[in-house]
Formats: sequence, C-alpha cells, structure tokens
Amino acid sequence: MDYPVFKDEMKDSYTILVPDMLPVHFKLIINILKKYGYHVELLQTSTREVVDEGLKNVHNDTCYPALLVIGQFINALKSGKYDVNKTALMLTQTGGGCRASNYIHLLRKALKKEFPQVPVISLNLSGLEKGSGLSLTLPLLIKVIYAVFYGDLLMSLYNQCKPYEIHSGDSEKVREKWQQKLTTVFDKREFLKCKKYCRMILDDFAKIERTKEKKIRVGIVGEIYVKYSPLANNHLEEFLLSEGCEPVVPALMEFVMYCLAGSVADSKLYQFKNKKTLVSKIGYDFIHSVQKTVIKTIEEHGVFEAPHDFDHIRKLADKYMSLGVNMGEGWLIPAEMAALAETGTENIICTQPFGCLPNHIVAKGMSRVIKEAYPGANIVAIDYDPGATKVNQENRIKLMLANAKK
Amino acid sequence: MSIYSLGIDVGSTTVKTVIINDKKNIIYSEYQRHFSKVRDAVKEQLEIIAEKFPEDTFRVCMTGSAGLGLATGAEIPFVQEVNSAFIAVKERFPDVDAVIELGGEDAKIIFMTGGVEQRMNGSCAGGTGAFIDQMATLLAVTVPEMDKMALEATKVYPIASRCGVFAKSDIQPLLNQGAERKDICASIFQAVVDQTVSGLAQGRTIEGKVLFLGGPLSFLKGLRKAFIDTLSLKEGETALFPEEAPVFVALGCALFAQNGNEEFTIDALFNKINNAKATGGVVTGEPLFNSQQEYEEFIARHKQHDLKYADMRTYKGDAYLGIDAGSTTTKLVLITGDGRLLYQHYSSNQGQPLDKITSKLKEIYSQMNPEIVIKGSAVTGYGEELIKAGLSIDFGIVETVAHFKAASYFCPEVDFIIDIGGQDIKCFKIKNHSIDSIMLNEACSSGCGSFIQTFALALGYDIADFAQLGIMAKHPVDLGSRCTVFMNSSVKQAQKDGATVEDISAGLSSSIIKNAIYKVIRAKSPDELGKNIVVQGGTFLNDAVLRAFEKEMGRNVIRPAISGLMGAFGAALYAKEKSKGQSTIISPEDLQNFSYTSKSAQCGGCTGKCSLNIINFGNGRKFISGNKCEKGAGKAQSSGDESLYEFKYNYLLDMCKESHGSKAKVGLPLALNFYELLPFWKTLFEELDMEIVISGESSRDTYYKGQHTIPSDTVCYPAKLVHGHIEELLEKKVDFIFYPCMSYNIDEGESDNHFNCPVVAYYPELLKANNSRLNDKNFIHPYLDLNREKNVISVMSDVLSGYGIKKSQVKNAVKKSYEALADFRNEVFNRGEQVIRKARENGQKIIVLSGRPYHIDKEINHGIHKLITSLGMAVVSEDAVFQHGHYPHPKVLNQWSYHARLYRAAQYVTTQPDMQLVQLVSFGCGIDAITTDEVREILESKGKLYTQLKIDEINNLGAAKIRLRSLVAAMEER
Repeated sequence: MDYPVFKDEMKDSYTILVPDMLPVHFKLIINILKKYGYHVELLQTSTREVVDEGLKNVHNDTCYPALLVIGQFINALKSGKYDVNKTALMLTQTGGGCRASNYIHLLRKALKKEFPQVPVISLNLSGLEKGSGLSLTLPLLIKVIYAVFYGDLLMSLYNQCKPYEIHSGDSEKVREKWQQKLTTVFDKREFLKCKKYCRMILDDFAKIERTKEKKIRVGIVGEIYVKYSPLANNHLEEFLLSEGCEPVVPALMEFVMYCLAGSVADSKLYQFKNKKTLVSKIGYDFIHSVQKTVIKTIEEHGVFEAPHDFDHIRKLADKYMSLGVNMGEGWLIPAEMAALAETGTENIICTQPFGCLPNHIVAKGMSRVIKEAYPGANIVAIDYDPGATKVNQENRIKLMLANAKK
Repeated sequence: MSIYSLGIDVGSTTVKTVIINDKKNIIYSEYQRHFSKVRDAVKEQLEIIAEKFPEDTFRVCMTGSAGLGLATGAEIPFVQEVNSAFIAVKERFPDVDAVIELGGEDAKIIFMTGGVEQRMNGSCAGGTGAFIDQMATLLAVTVPEMDKMALEATKVYPIASRCGVFAKSDIQPLLNQGAERKDICASIFQAVVDQTVSGLAQGRTIEGKVLFLGGPLSFLKGLRKAFIDTLSLKEGETALFPEEAPVFVALGCALFAQNGNEEFTIDALFNKINNAKATGGVVTGEPLFNSQQEYEEFIARHKQHDLKYADMRTYKGDAYLGIDAGSTTTKLVLITGDGRLLYQHYSSNQGQPLDKITSKLKEIYSQMNPEIVIKGSAVTGYGEELIKAGLSIDFGIVETVAHFKAASYFCPEVDFIIDIGGQDIKCFKIKNHSIDSIMLNEACSSGCGSFIQTFALALGYDIADFAQLGIMAKHPVDLGSRCTVFMNSSVKQAQKDGATVEDISAGLSSSIIKNAIYKVIRAKSPDELGKNIVVQGGTFLNDAVLRAFEKEMGRNVIRPAISGLMGAFGAALYAKEKSKGQSTIISPEDLQNFSYTSKSAQCGGCTGKCSLNIINFGNGRKFISGNKCEKGAGKAQSSGDESLYEFKYNYLLDMCKESHGSKAKVGLPLALNFYELLPFWKTLFEELDMEIVISGESSRDTYYKGQHTIPSDTVCYPAKLVHGHIEELLEKKVDFIFYPCMSYNIDEGESDNHFNCPVVAYYPELLKANNSRLNDKNFIHPYLDLNREKNVISVMSDVLSGYGIKKSQVKNAVKKSYEALADFRNEVFNRGEQVIRKARENGQKIIVLSGRPYHIDKEINHGIHKLITSLGMAVVSEDAVFQHGHYPHPKVLNQWSYHARLYRAAQYVTTQPDMQLVQLVSFGCGIDAITTDEVREILESKGKLYTQLKIDEINNLGAAKIRLRSLVAAMEER
C-alpha cells in the first residue's frame, strides 16, 4: 500500500475533516465521535473554489458528488486552516457496483501530488478498506444509529414546521436547541430512551405557532449526496421554502435500511449465505425495531406526520422492480417515490448527478410506471453538475410547481 | 382611455410584447431581438407602445427565461413561461392534445390530454433556435435562406440530434466532403425534430392535434415540414401553426396579467424598468489586464515570434506550398527554401473548402514571379483527402504532425503544443523530439473557436471587436467550463444578472481555456504541461484568449505571429523535407479548367450500406467519401483476417443462424452482455429443445425503432440500442424474450469484485417499465449469478417449469452451456494469438482495441477496427490478451469484470514492443470516467502511448482518424 493509513493512536493529534452532506445528522455524529477522542470537523465551505478544485482534481465525467467532496477536501487542505501533517479525511463508502464505491480511491489519487501524507478514512459497513477505518465498536455504532434517528426526526419536524411558522426563525431555534441538547444525552445511556426524547422534541416543535394554510408539499428523492447536501443541490430545501412549498425529505435511515435489506435480498436471489448476510439481517431487525418505536411515538403524539415503516417501503419497491437492483440508491428511489405519492405528496423532485448510472434505471427509468400507478404524480428529474446553472434547475422546478397548483 | 393587458416575454434571444383588450383580442404585438441588452430592448418596446397608446393604462406581467431577473428587479409580476403558454393554449386552442414550442434556447412539450405533462429540455440538449442560428452561421447563409434550401432537399443525412455540438461535428465533415448544402439544411431541421421527439417526449407518443409555437416554428417552413412528416400529421388539421405563434407566450402572459389588480401607465412602467435593481450573484474572476501598460508589454512580447517575409512577385527560386483545410477555415502558405513567407491566407471556408482553395491557388499562380518553382506541396486538416485528390497535392499529413513541425520551427525545445482551432482542440506533449501523447477534445466539449464566434454574432458583434472588448473587462464572468449548450445557459444567467458584454467576452475566453486545460488536457498544475509551451490555432489570435491561457497557466507562452497558419506552415515544412525535387501539384493551365461535380450514392459493398459522396473531378478522377472501409472507395478490401473484431462478430452471428426446438421460441436481444453470453444462453435453450431467435444486426434504424421507449437520453448508446432490439424481437413473434438481470458478472480473478455496471446489470428492469408491450409472460428477466451454477440451475428450472422441463434436464443443459461459453472464450483467445502471430510475421504493428464485449457491434464501433486495419495494423480485442496480463494493485477499486480485463490488457501491452492499446469509450459511460485515467497511467508509466476514442451515435470517424493516424505517426517516430 502506497498511501498513509489512519491508525487509532493518531486520534489525539489529528483533525478529521468530514464533507458537507447532512449538516444536522453529521453534527450530532461528530459530537459523539468527539467523546471518543476524535477531533472531527464538518466542512461547510461552498465557494466556487470547491467546484474548481473538484474540476481540477477529478475526471470531469465522474459524478458530481465525487467532484464536490474531493473539491471540498482539497480546498480545505489548501486553505491553510489545517496542519496538513495532522489532518485526516473521512468519507463514507457504500460499496456495491456503483461508481460511488470508488470515491475514496479517486480522493487518494487527487491527494497524491500535493498532500501524500494525508490519510483517508473510510466509513463503511461493507467491510471495504479494512485497516484504514476508525474502530467502530458496537457501542459507538449504536450511538451513531440513534444519532441518525434523532437527526431524521429533527430534519422532518423542521420541514413540517418551517413553512408554516408565524414567527420567523422559531423552527431554527427549536432545531438548534435540540442539536445542542442531544449532544449531552449521548454521554450516558440516556439516548436509548428514544421514546422519551422523541416526545420532548415533538412537544417542542408542536409549540411553534403555525398557520393553518395548505402549502404544496414537494418530496425530494434521489442520489443520496445530491438529495441531502445543500452544496450539491443548490440549497433546494431553501428554494422550495421560498417558493411557498413544504419540502418532504425522506429519512437518511431509509438509505441505511435499504443497504441492509439489499444485502439480504441478494442472498435470497443468488442463494448463498455469509457473515455479511447474517449481520445485515440482525442490523436490519434492530434498526427496524427502533424505527417502529419512533413511528409509534410520533403517531401517538398526533401532531406531525410519521415516516413510513420500512417494511412497507420494501413492499412498495417490489411492485416496480426486484430488490436485486441495489447499486447506488437502487430500488429505494422508486419505493420512496411511491411512498410519497401514496401519502399525498404527489409532487416529487428526483435529484441526481448528471450522468448517474443507476439513476438511468431507477429514477428516470421508473417514472413511467410510478405515474401509471399514481396518475396525479408530478415527477421532475433535475440533473446537478458543475455546468448546470441554478436558473435552469429552478425553471424546471417552477414548471413542475406550476403544474402542481392546478 | 382604456385598460388593457400587456404581456412581456423576455426570451433568451428576443423580446415579445402583446397587448390585449378586455375581449381577449390582440390589439398590438411586436417581436424584436435583444442581443443580450435585455433592459434596453424592453425599454424600446415600451417607448413604441407609449406612442401608440398614450392615454391608456395596463395590467402587466412578464415571462420568459431572461425575464425573471428583470421582473424581480422592477417589481413587476412574473409568470413561468411554460405556464404562460399553457394559459394561452387553454384559451385559444382548448382541443389540442400536445403543444411543441421551440424557442431561442429552449424546447418544450406540453401534453394537454391524458394527464397534463410539461417537459423542457434538460441541461444537455441543444437543437433549438440558437442551434439553427449557429448552423446557419456555419453554412454562411441567413436562416431564411437555409429554410428555402431545405425545401429543395432530396436527401437527408443522419445528424446526431442530442446536442448542438454533436450535430455540428456531423455536419462539418459533410460540408468538407462536398455534400449538397440544401440536403444539409434539411438534415439540420430533421435533427431538431428528432431531438424534440426523442429527447423531450421520452417514451410518450406525440399524437392527436399538435400545436406548434415559438419563433423558429413560425418562420421556418422547412422545419415545419420536417415535424409534420416525422409525426405523420396534416397541416391545418392535426398540425396547427397559429398566426400569433411568435408571440404566443406573451399572449398567455397578457391573459395572466388580466387577473392582476394593479394598473400602470407606460411611463410608470418605463421608470420601473429603468430603475430595476440588478440582482447580484454573478461570479466574477480577475480582469485579464490590470493596466494599459500591462497590455502593451504583452503585445510587445508576442511580437517577437514572427517569420521573415519575402515578396512573391520578386522572389526567384524554390518554394513549398502548405495547405490546411480545417473544419471551418482554410489556410494556405507559400514559403521559400529557408522558411521565409511568400504568401499567406486565412479565411473561413464558408463550407466550401475546395472552391476556396482553388481560388486562392489561382491567386498564387497569377501573382507569383514566373521564376518561382513549387517543388513540393502538402495538405493537412479535415479536408485533406479531398484537396489532395482534387488538386494533386504531393503529400497529405495528419494535423498533429503538421503542427509539431511548425512549432519546432519557432521553439526547437518545445515540449507542449496546444492548438485551438474552429472545431477542435489539439494538445500534444513532446518528449525526445517526438510526439508523446495526444489529447483531442471529445465531441462533447468541442465548443472552441467557432463557438466564440457564434456567440459574438449572436450578441451583435464582429469577432475581432468582441474579443477586443474582453481585454479591458473589469469583472470577467465565470461561465464554467463545459460544452456550448451549458455555456449558453451560463451566459443567459450572467445576462440576467446584469453582466456587461465586456465581462461576457472575457468570461468566454476564460471558459475556452478552462475547458482546454481541465477537460481536454486534464492538467492539475502548469508544471505538468511543460516548460516550453507553444500555442497556436486561429483562436489564439484572439488576445483575450491568449491572455486567459497565460493567466490560468501562470506562465508566459509562445504564440507565433502566424498562429492561425501553423498547420499550413507545418505542411509546407513537411513538403520541403520530403520533396523529391518536383511537385505533382495541379498546373496553372489545368487549374483554369478545374471543375467538379458531386453526387450522393449508397455503397452496395456490404450490408453496412454507407452513404457515399462521390465527387467527380473529370478525367475519370474521383473522390469518394462517407465510406467506412476500403470497399466503398473502390479499392480491394482487406480480408478481415487481421481483425479479431470481425471474427468475434461473425462467430456469434454464424452460431445463431440456425436453431431448432419444439417447445418454445425464445428471443434473445443482440445487445449489451449478450455479445459475450450468447453462446451460453443459446446452448441452454437449445439443449432444452427450445428454438432461439436473435434480434437482427444493429443499425441506425434499430435505434430509431426503439427510440420512443428510451426514458433517459443521457444513457450510453449501446444501452439505447437495446430498445430497438426488443422491438425487433416482438416483431418476430417469439414466445418470450429472455433477458436476465445480473448484478454480478463472471469472476475472472485478480479483481476486488466482479460486478456488471449498473446499466448492464439492470437494463431489463428499465425495458419492462418503459415498453408497454412487455409483460410478465413475454418478457422473462430473472435474477441470477453465473458464478453459482446451482443458482443458475434453480432459477432456470423455476423459469421454465411451465414447459414441462425437469430440473435434471436443466442441470445437464447448464453444464453444456458453461462449456459452450468456455469454447467461445478459448476460440477468441486462440484466434487472437493467431492474429498476433500473423501480424508479427508480416511485420505489422498490433492494436489492442479495448472496450467491452458489445463494442464489436458495428453500429456501436462505427467500423473503427476497419479503419485501423486500413492503416496497416492488426486488431485484437482486450478479451484475447488480458489473460497474459497481471495488474494486482490498481489505484482504483477494481470491481467490474469487463473493466478488470482492461487493466490486465493494458499491463500486457506494456510488455509487448509492437503493441499499442486504443481504448473505446462509449459516451456517457460513467465507469470509464474511472478506468480511462487508470489505463492511461498503466500505459504511460511504461512509456506506451494512450489513445482513447469516444464513440456515440455519431457516425463520423474524422476525429478517430486523426487520433489513429497521429498514433501511427508517433509510433513511426519512435
């Protein structure tokens, strides 16, 4: 191996940089990692230089997420803000037949020239890159899972309140408050009291004074990075809010569960069993049990809309394609589209990097059957890449909204 | 005094205004180009309205792609343009089924019945009004002239319809080869139609009553005709072209305005527009020059690199002629034996390179001193073969060699040359005084010199003036670095945000440069390129572009004063080097009588049926173009023995010629991974007493046949073709089509994993969802893993259980299938060895033409392998040699089987002195964004040349030919 490896003993002296993808979730996770002695920092740069560095360092036909993530890293290393001899970079890696599994290698290639000393950490659940990760012990892993649940809840409730808040800024305040407060619950085993905390969070959001008007709900599905990262999707959620819509963003945990369910599906389709299948099955069942608790809590509370039970999402996917389609976001995209359409969010934006391979099949390729099943579905696919202008993207979204109003 | 409604439509190129009265009748309408001065144009229109309606007040609304910024700034209501159109259609034509609207830079379809749906062109889709303008510029005619010519056309050429840039690179060679211009005009319109039908409708059929809107469709009869013919409509009945089409969107906007409650006088409105705040958001870069002094120093520095001159009328002695028949320009030089310049010419060829060069040659003959003897002549560039044949020029050389010769003359130590011409960017690194690696722009980024020119014209400037404007721009706009179509919308946005023409000019210069450096060269830092950089090509005569390059590189470069003539100059130097003392060039007498005729024909040499262009020069001398192999040119064809591509293709087709079985008729599409697995599936079904039927060989028609079921217009061409193959199988009335989904490919070892790419793996799912004729009965697409024999047996037993087939039979058949596949693989390997052996016996070089199994499809490879054999080399495929190669530690995640073969084949090539690798890459192949860099690294680290050929539906091998010939030249120099 001709690249530096991050060893656990380096955690005291190193700063670990994380790309901007899901600010709410990542901040929670970063705080947990801090307790374990890792100095982690979330990058939130969004200047043109990020894109330019990406263009310089990655093959231009590579997907936009790779370009942005790598651009953001290189830009940070060049900024002078960090001691490049004491900095590591962390990236999630999903594994599977999509190009995304290669981001980490592309990042190393990009680093080779100027920053060969910088180690790259892979955060993955697929057993890739053994030895270059951080030690994800079971307790840490469970904390991270809960953090994702809490993050999903904050994201969802914020989106359900923000468009209707009477006093501008209320929703942010509640979100910020809980972002702080949740940090402390991970110190002890307090975080496991999921029901209790969910209820407290729900109560706080419910207290926000909101109008009763009906706004157009717009669902956002798509490639995982572009779907969530404001840097990649040109602040799509904010744009929708400014257009007087309510953004509906499916939970991150759905993606995690999709990955686990996909691995189980493979073992059924191709008739094999291994450790990964077993672990995936256990993982899925555990996460699903937590999900059920969260959903139940939200439903009992009765004010806000709860996420879909993932078993249901899985069944929805089955109507359109086999669960064997598990590269990239695979069957999750048609399933989420169907789930949204079914619960009255018929306007759907499918975000995707320009030229995304799996999305040919699972996004654009499936919109016809989804529309057949839900004649009211109003789906628009938006491509994101360094050359696509905001005005073009916004025009297309507005066009969809014009249709939605009728 | 009355209250009217005013709709203002500010499009990408025009401003349209409509005034309606309370009965919704149009009482005034106007249409004007705005040349990017959006605000001024709107003000002008308002002034005219103020004169005509001095007493009245208006309810107002604005619409259009460039109107949003202005409307926001001026605080005027805004309505989305498609919505405007929708309102107007509902009002005026409530019974239409679909609306097609082409605008300056947008194309839209609204389906009115059967579920309202509105579609706009995506970020990768040209083929609109601006595209037609661009093509007219290319043909040096006005748009109305073009329209008139199109109506007289007798033939339509296939022109890529996806994007303007692609189309352009299809048209250019046709022009250069002397195809009839009227036919080209019609072909351009047809391309726009195809673009709309395939790109926008995406699987939805356009039928019923269709309303056509927008400027181009109301002015261009030829375009109308193409739409009517393609969609089988009837003018006046099912195809409606309303009189008010050019201002239809403005009408909708006026209708929308009627519901508003605020009324304005024109004066008030004028003031609002005048005081509109420019919205921020333009990203700007540094100015090109900080001071006048800096600019003057720059000019002085570049003046140094010039040639000596001599007078053609007084000089006596030897001379050498060099011609560069470029894609859009024609260049000629005549030099003395010691390199002094006697004559130079640089101009646009106006699509008629042969005429232009003939007239210039006449000029030389008539003006030059009778005591000048032309001892040699050479021609290079796109039109090389035509000019060489027509004017009996001594030598034809590939552009890259010509440019290298010329650059070395100015800078013997040159180690990097970049040439930006009208249509292409060529860069090459020089090592040890020979060409080391070549980078050419791919079809997708070819927005080069002619692109800036088109922009200049669109903005109402002459190219020289336009460039000059950029020199002193204070805040050059950052326009990104992608293809023309993207650039169009970037410019649109910049204009919207209030950027000046100066800033746009400077911004475009930087864009061209960024495009070249980051997209074509893919450099990370200037040092990578070299120390002694020579820039050339007509585009670098533009000081703004030159300066942008120096700024981006952070170093000074050499631009010879004859920058635009370097190809011609290099050709002249070559002629001098190779001169045998006497030139074959056409004599002054023959030149006086020189004429030619051109006609088109179809080659009957093989099933390929190439469209030929035959130019007759008289005296039995002919020039034939359009042919993909030697046969079309009337020469003897090579036997095909030296190409493994032919062998593999024929093997598979021959194998499927006959098939018998009584239980069922199974359709197998001849597409994607079937090009590898056909022996397996054929054997399996035949062993089970089922007849197999394959779809026919691919052609352009296959593509058209399935076009209406393609949901994603950016997927690779090999995938797009599958749709047509499915249609064919349905026509052949098979009992079912069998097309399995496979996440995993066969594990061949030496890789981290063995996936298929997502498209190959799951394409059946997409077919099923988008072809309404497919159902669970006639389309069987099970999931299986060929690495697990048990899995295959169990899945296939399940699938075929309805045919009374027992598991034991399947088990037996599967075993035989694996053997058949192994036989095929062995056969390919052995045959590959044979080709290599034979080539070595004959002293031929060997090209490992590497791609995927489906690249043997001749509609996908466009006959590139034949082009290689016609250059005297043998061709083997990657799957015949990778077995020898080992590449255990790639720097990327090596997880796709077909791609793992690439790395091993590349590694093997580095061990064989007489082999080079050429990589075929299908446009849109995301995986190859990763493999290409890796393969390049493998090859270059061991001193091999890396050549990549990007292929698409474009049927034009021009760029491929340059690359391959440059490769040959580089191999020879080594």
